[in-house]
Amino acid sequence: MTVTLETGRDLRGFLHGLPGVDRVGAEARAAMLASRSIKTTAKQWALDLAISMIDLTTLEGQDTPGKVRALCAKGKQPDPADPTAPTVAAICVYPDLVRTAKRELENTGIKVASVATSFPSGRAGLDVKLADVRYAVAEGADEVDMVIDRGAFLAGNYDLVYSEIVAVKEACDSAGQNQAHLKVILETGELATYDNVRRASWLAMLAGADFIKTSTGKITPAATLPVTLIMLEAVRDFRDAHGRQVGVKPAGGIRTAKDAIRYLVLVNETAGEDWLDPDWFRLGASSLLNDLLMQRTRMKAGRYAGPDYFTVD
Amino acid sequence: MPDTDARVAVRKTYKLYIGGAFPRSESGRSYVVTDSRGGFLANAARASRKDARDAVSAARRAFPGWSSATAYNRGQVLYRVAELLEGRRAQFVSEIRAAEGISAAKAETFVDAAIDRWVWYAGWSDKIAQVRGSSNPVAGPYFNFSLPEPAGVVAVLAPQGPLLGFVSVVAPAIVTGNTVVAVASERYPLPAITLSEVLATSDVPAGVVNVLTGRVAEIAPWLASHMDVNAIDLTGAPSSMADDLAVAATGNLKRVVADVPSDWLATPSLDRILAYLETKTVWHPAAR
Amino acid sequence: MAKFEYAPAPESRSVVSIAESYGLFIDGKFTGTVDGRTFKTISPATEEVLAEVTEAGPADVDRAVQAARKAYEQTWSRMPGRDRAKYLFRIARVVQERSRELAVLESLDNGKPIRESRDVDIPLVAAHFFYHAGWADKLEFAGYGPDPRPLGVAGQVIPWNFPMLMLAWKIAPALACGNTVVLKPAETTPLTALAFAEICQQADLPPGVVNIVTGAGDTGRTLVEHPGVDKVAFTGSTEVGKQIARSCAISHKKNTLELGGKAANIVFEDAPIDQAVEGIVNGIFFNQGHVCCAGSRLLVQESVYDEVLASLRRRLRTLRLGDPLDKNTDVGAINSAAQLARIRELSDIGEAEGAQRWSPPCELPVRGFWFPPTIFTGVSQAHRIAREEIFGPVLSVLTFRTPGEAVEKANNTPYGLSAGVWTEKGSLILWMASQLRAGVVWANTFNRFDPASPFGGYKESGYGREGGRHGLEAYLDA
Repeated sequence: MTVTLETGRDLRGFLHGLPGVDRVGAEARAAMLASRSIKTTAKQWALDLAISMIDLTTLEGQDTPGKVRALCAKGKQPDPADPTAPTVAAICVYPDLVRTAKRELENTGIKVASVATSFPSGRAGLDVKLADVRYAVAEGADEVDMVIDRGAFLAGNYDLVYSEIVAVKEACDSAGQNQAHLKVILETGELATYDNVRRASWLAMLAGADFIKTSTGKITPAATLPVTLIMLEAVRDFRDAHGRQVGVKPAGGIRTAKDAIRYLVLVNETAGEDWLDPDWFRLGASSLLNDLLMQRTRMKAGRYAGPDYFTVD
Repeated sequence: MPDTDARVAVRKTYKLYIGGAFPRSESGRSYVVTDSRGGFLANAARASRKDARDAVSAARRAFPGWSSATAYNRGQVLYRVAELLEGRRAQFVSEIRAAEGISAAKAETFVDAAIDRWVWYAGWSDKIAQVRGSSNPVAGPYFNFSLPEPAGVVAVLAPQGPLLGFVSVVAPAIVTGNTVVAVASERYPLPAITLSEVLATSDVPAGVVNVLTGRVAEIAPWLASHMDVNAIDLTGAPSSMADDLAVAATGNLKRVVADVPSDWLATPSLDRILAYLETKTVWHPAAR
Repeated sequence: MAKFEYAPAPESRSVVSIAESYGLFIDGKFTGTVDGRTFKTISPATEEVLAEVTEAGPADVDRAVQAARKAYEQTWSRMPGRDRAKYLFRIARVVQERSRELAVLESLDNGKPIRESRDVDIPLVAAHFFYHAGWADKLEFAGYGPDPRPLGVAGQVIPWNFPMLMLAWKIAPALACGNTVVLKPAETTPLTALAFAEICQQADLPPGVVNIVTGAGDTGRTLVEHPGVDKVAFTGSTEVGKQIARSCAISHKKNTLELGGKAANIVFEDAPIDQAVEGIVNGIFFNQGHVCCAGSRLLVQESVYDEVLASLRRRLRTLRLGDPLDKNTDVGAINSAAQLARIRELSDIGEAEGAQRWSPPCELPVRGFWFPPTIFTGVSQAHRIAREEIFGPVLSVLTFRTPGEAVEKANNTPYGLSAGVWTEKGSLILWMASQLRAGVVWANTFNRFDPASPFGGYKESGYGREGGRHGLEAYLDA
């Protein structure tokens, strides 16, 4: 299923020719997978994997270097009482705090992800958005989380959305450094329909996304199981068609270990186990980490823990 | 002189029921509710037009959720209310006896009828569409069906009895997904508030039923003229006002119910359920 | 070994206590047999014996019918509808309260996955009793006249595939309309019916209104032919259904039959493909394919054949077959050795007829009765596996070119119970629905049941409807 995308009509024709998504059926499938019972050894494995997939995130106007340093410390040593706890995958911050994070995380293997392109709204001229990206990359970001232009998408201007992603991908490549990985945030809550989520997923992948991401976390609904199901189907089908593997990151609204494990089941039974790896699946979250650690501790100690026994960042 | 050995009772305060909570009237007023011999029973809240306004807002907010619940779910919720009413049977009997001065046997008849009436309505939730809806054999390659849908916010002036009448005018509105602002009987308001306590502790979402007590003549015109109320039951209106209220209701073409059954104990007709249902008819071509 | 192994997640058996032996439930009490004998019921997943159950003889059946007649004349037909309603509400509530226990019992006795009995069967049982409770005092509004009367004593014979749900489909409307019942559960799955008898006791249902006589084919025949039975209701095979129809034709008994099927699940090129694949899987592998309305023929439009089949095979690899009590099991055990033999026989015939057989890799437990999910491609209408009901997890795949051809192939069967249609085009759905000769048409979904939705077949899939306002007719003198 190779596709040439020379004119607007081609891209539109292709995206609108993708099979539709029946909402009721998709939600029923996600609900059925959410009813899987993951216990004992499977649960322990899943908890550790989930921790290692977290993009620990702070994206607040009130972020300071101190806050970012504390978050990085948490990411490096999630549970001071238990050195066997895995470290997180990445720390996700605004571009002007990348440098601080980078310094804290030197030699840890934990990546620094930066939002860019006038996050979260994406409403700015292209040159401003690209400057945002170049700045983040120059500051040392290993990964860039961009937002698509939802307005353009909903207006049917797929070409514009596509070309912006291509331009951002180019801007991620700064001379003399490894190319920053590009995550493309679809903001599924604004796209509203699963058909749109499927189309936006394919559009982003055709334009070169390394990861597709559900949400900015700044609006509700953010990540949901059904939306992530659609995106996992999309990356599976894309690899079948084009031979290239793209990652998936649900972000926002994932608060409990139970939620996280449900996402892993979804990955396992949809895209498959090739995606069960931090290189191909991330969880965008902040408070999730402590719930995962609490569950982890409960399984080891055989009793329930309380918040006093886990650190704040 | 009180008997020094007799236990001093903890008396109940009767407030309004709006948006799932029990506020006093924003006007701070109350009025005296007496028993059948004129003795003091309680100070009931005397609702103002602002309370009525707030109640309509609460009902409107509750409408999308309640009307989009499955019929099965609404039936389950209402049936559970009946279970709770059954648990409070003795309390209702004693409140009605105190209010009306009737015998225990008579009070029990009315309370049992009220609970059974509630059960009867609960069972309609997942059936009314089958009785009222239809597929229509239009001439042409179209699939055509008619569905009943709830009208929205229903204002109800409850009849001037303590419980059975109240249940009989509120339940038919909510069973199909409407939300209600009910003005309780002015003379016998207390069982309606006790019923509200049951609603508040059941699974009925906040705002689906709102209950105002006070001077019906004072509150009714504000509900009858309210442009965000879709239907009104004028059963409990003072007869001198009934026509004026009906005219006021025409401001936004409210659906109006006014018929008073001769015997509240008899099995109702479907009229009160149907009065608050709109019929939506949908066409769709059928072709390959 | 898979990266993400789901550890065993067994539902605990300790929630249910199964007696060593059970008698018959007649006139509100458990009682021994007069002229019958006993037999054993086993777990089809492990072949262990679960309990000893009584096979009712003719005298037992007679006692039961007498009890039902007495209860009908002296109690139940005189009781106001609103009181009958309250008994049915009580039963519904007790089912909800004991739902976990009933689900485990059903999975043990039947072999179906606990996820299905917990999430589908038992909740629907409660829902059927709730729904019909609400009709008991509203019959004058049901469109059958101002005062529709019941028929009397209903003799009901139910199958083993959804034991408690089939019981609910039979008993709830019968009681709501004012009839009393004698019900015979299937011989391989009596336990939830016996639990239901206990539930009737817990609800204080007047004695004799519900009677449960366990047994096999002979007991069923005796019940159906008993002169004291006014109305017969049967769900089971078309073959037995015809025997019953013959018997009732002679005895002039009102009867309703819900029989077999060979439903077509039709996937068009513009179907929502991922959901259609789920619908195919759900259509034939839900309940191990032991479903009368199973989508056992996949009719896929030729233009999307490759895509759909590739997607289907990929999906089948994630199906988990095993211990019915494991919460992650998708496919449970075949209900009996006899049924397994039949499935194997027909599958061998399929291969012999020239169809290509495929199953995902599947480890079958050593003990018990198991069959892997299987698809046959290259099937055409001329094949036996496209015509005969296999009643197992076996899908026959055929193709079509146009909607007209899909209709023609779908209708080309003596059966007519159900059909599925998958397309995003509304007008096509409605046209297909109008053309398919089937009592239930599922569009963009499959195997959905609700007490409010009438269910039943055309042609040799039976007659009469269960559920909804339409389903009341079977139990009224209308």
